[in-house]
Amino acid sequence: MLIDFFYHLRDHRLPVSVQEYLTLVDGLRRGLMAPTLDDFYFLARAALVKDESLYDRYDRAFAAYYKGIEAALPAQDVPLDWLIKEFEKSLTPEEKAAIRKHGWDKLMELFKQRLDEQKERHAGGSKWIGTGGTSPFGNGGYHPEGIRVGGESAGNRTAVKVWDMRQFRDYDDQVELGTRNFKVALRRLRRFAREGADQELDLDDTIASTARNAGYLDLRLVPQRHNSVKVLMLLDVGGSMDDHIGRVEELFSAARSEFRNLEVFYFHNCPYESLWQSNRRRHGERFDTWDILRRYNADWRLIIVGDATMSPYEILQPGGSVEHYNKEPGALWMRRLLDAWPKSVWLNPEPTASWRYRQSIALLRDIMQERMYPVTVAGLEQAMRWLSK
Amino acid sequence: MSATSSPAQPARFEGTDRYVATDDLKLAVNAALTLQRPLLIKGEPGTGKTMLAEEVARALGRPLLQWHIKSTTKAQQGLYEYDAVSRLRDSQLGDEKVRDIRNYIVQGTLWQAFEAEQPVVVLIDEIDKADIEFPNDLLRELDRMEFHVYETRQTVAARHRPLVIITSNNEKDLPDAFLRRCFFHYIRFPDRDTMRDIVAVHFPQLKQDVLRAALDTFFALRDAPGLKKKPSTSELLDWLRLLLAEDATAAQIDAHAATAVPLMAGALLKNEQDLHLLERLAAMTGGGQRR
Repeated sequence: MLIDFFYHLRDHRLPVSVQEYLTLVDGLRRGLMAPTLDDFYFLARAALVKDESLYDRYDRAFAAYYKGIEAALPAQDVPLDWLIKEFEKSLTPEEKAAIRKHGWDKLMELFKQRLDEQKERHAGGSKWIGTGGTSPFGNGGYHPEGIRVGGESAGNRTAVKVWDMRQFRDYDDQVELGTRNFKVALRRLRRFAREGADQELDLDDTIASTARNAGYLDLRLVPQRHNSVKVLMLLDVGGSMDDHIGRVEELFSAARSEFRNLEVFYFHNCPYESLWQSNRRRHGERFDTWDILRRYNADWRLIIVGDATMSPYEILQPGGSVEHYNKEPGALWMRRLLDAWPKSVWLNPEPTASWRYRQSIALLRDIMQERMYPVTVAGLEQAMRWLSK
Repeated sequence: MSATSSPAQPARFEGTDRYVATDDLKLAVNAALTLQRPLLIKGEPGTGKTMLAEEVARALGRPLLQWHIKSTTKAQQGLYEYDAVSRLRDSQLGDEKVRDIRNYIVQGTLWQAFEAEQPVVVLIDEIDKADIEFPNDLLRELDRMEFHVYETRQTVAARHRPLVIITSNNEKDLPDAFLRRCFFHYIRFPDRDTMRDIVAVHFPQLKQDVLRAALDTFFALRDAPGLKKKPSTSELLDWLRLLLAEDATAAQIDAHAATAVPLMAGALLKNEQDLHLLERLAAMTGGGQRR
């Protein structure tokens, strides 16, 4: 059964190795923990998941597996009466009494009510996440277990809350598959500099100064050379960008590993007066775009990633944003960004063929002075060549 | 459970009177202890990563050996160093010591841990500060708990496998091969209830209303947008120490919180820009109230 769990995690694209699996088995064999689901969840996490940005994926995989075991018998089309029976288990004694009085209709009413709560809870905020293939909505919107999760139930289910809370979600930058080509393309953007601590022996200087020192050794060191290019990335999220999540994540992963100085902000459709760094807290924690304009000097390279697909009003009109009332049009903010960082490009995941049919793409291309490139290896290479000039 | 375990079994870590450990953290420590593998701890700065190692050592009654990593630290330095430069200098000065190479082998933290009479706890602090290859260079040493000294042709093997606790601030990604050999735990920022427990452990004498007011201010400040360095647990504890010393009341704290700049904000915010930001905010909200 555990071996199923192992492959289940791997199916959910968690990089679990055999070695780690054996560690987990060893831990279980030695009776490290009380035999409860909670402790198993924690132990398996400590042994198998080595990055907190993967916790979310682990939580989802674990929840799915747990549900799989629980609902092992009825797989796809759950008969309604079975659902109702499950639902009954989650009722409080008072509710049960009420049902006995009012009968089936009352039960259905309560059931629907619970189901609606359930749907809302599932949809809340999840529009913003997504990791390639596995949709957060998945599993057909609701499922029998959902009800039990919604209603407080037996004590041993507390763990469900832990993995259903899903506290870690942002763009996942761990997409390794296919990032290599992007990395190679991004590698064109390099600016070597010697800075930081002295680490390398400077042979010429050492010989010269030892000679000057009457033959007594005088070591001379220089700092190592490394890529010191600074990159500011603005990423469009949500809405039409949902179609491109896979590719953008690949790009983002590659950028994360290539650029030591990388700052990332998010926007929706078009940058306006505030941006955010975490989609989970995007309503509470916003950064004034003016602050960002001042904080990073012209040495930074600006990479905007977005499909530029929106209504032209969102670019041209004050108050055109779909989310809030913006005093100044997006185009003005775009120009400010371009003035602050002359070295800037726009990467567009939409296929190039469709660009000329979209008015908003044409507008932004114009604002960007044609520096809009597709998110392909060739497009990236062109973009990086321009940025490193 | 720990009370009934016989001395032959490895001791378990159950938290201490000075350190509030969550269940998953305890489990991770005990897993590392039982299976004798390194434990990698990540988390926001100031959530008690380094403190954990100290408290684990104290709870288990083992000595703690600390190895603080800097950007220039090399893996070899944890094992031993051959001080060639001073040997060269001694040879030029004609010192007798120069004939024996062992005089110039300097033991590192791991060597000391391996040779210790009793099991120890080793803390490798902020491993992400070092070069990218650093963890890879320690793979075999941490796996087998032994290494070879080329200069003297001897092999140093651990008498007792030490409990290795490694902390990281996530400045660099660690290599997969290294991660596979570790247990991993991410210390999440404590929620309000856990924070109350933590404060109670450090300041049992603190009044309830002062604690309430202080926590209100603290969590509001953490939610403030745009701060460069959010105050963490260690800053909160420093701040409470100050509040206690000044004998501040809950009313005073609340009054200051309403103006957006907390009482003695310098203890919570270590960054000048953050302080300015708050003052600007205070000016804005103050204006809003007057209107």
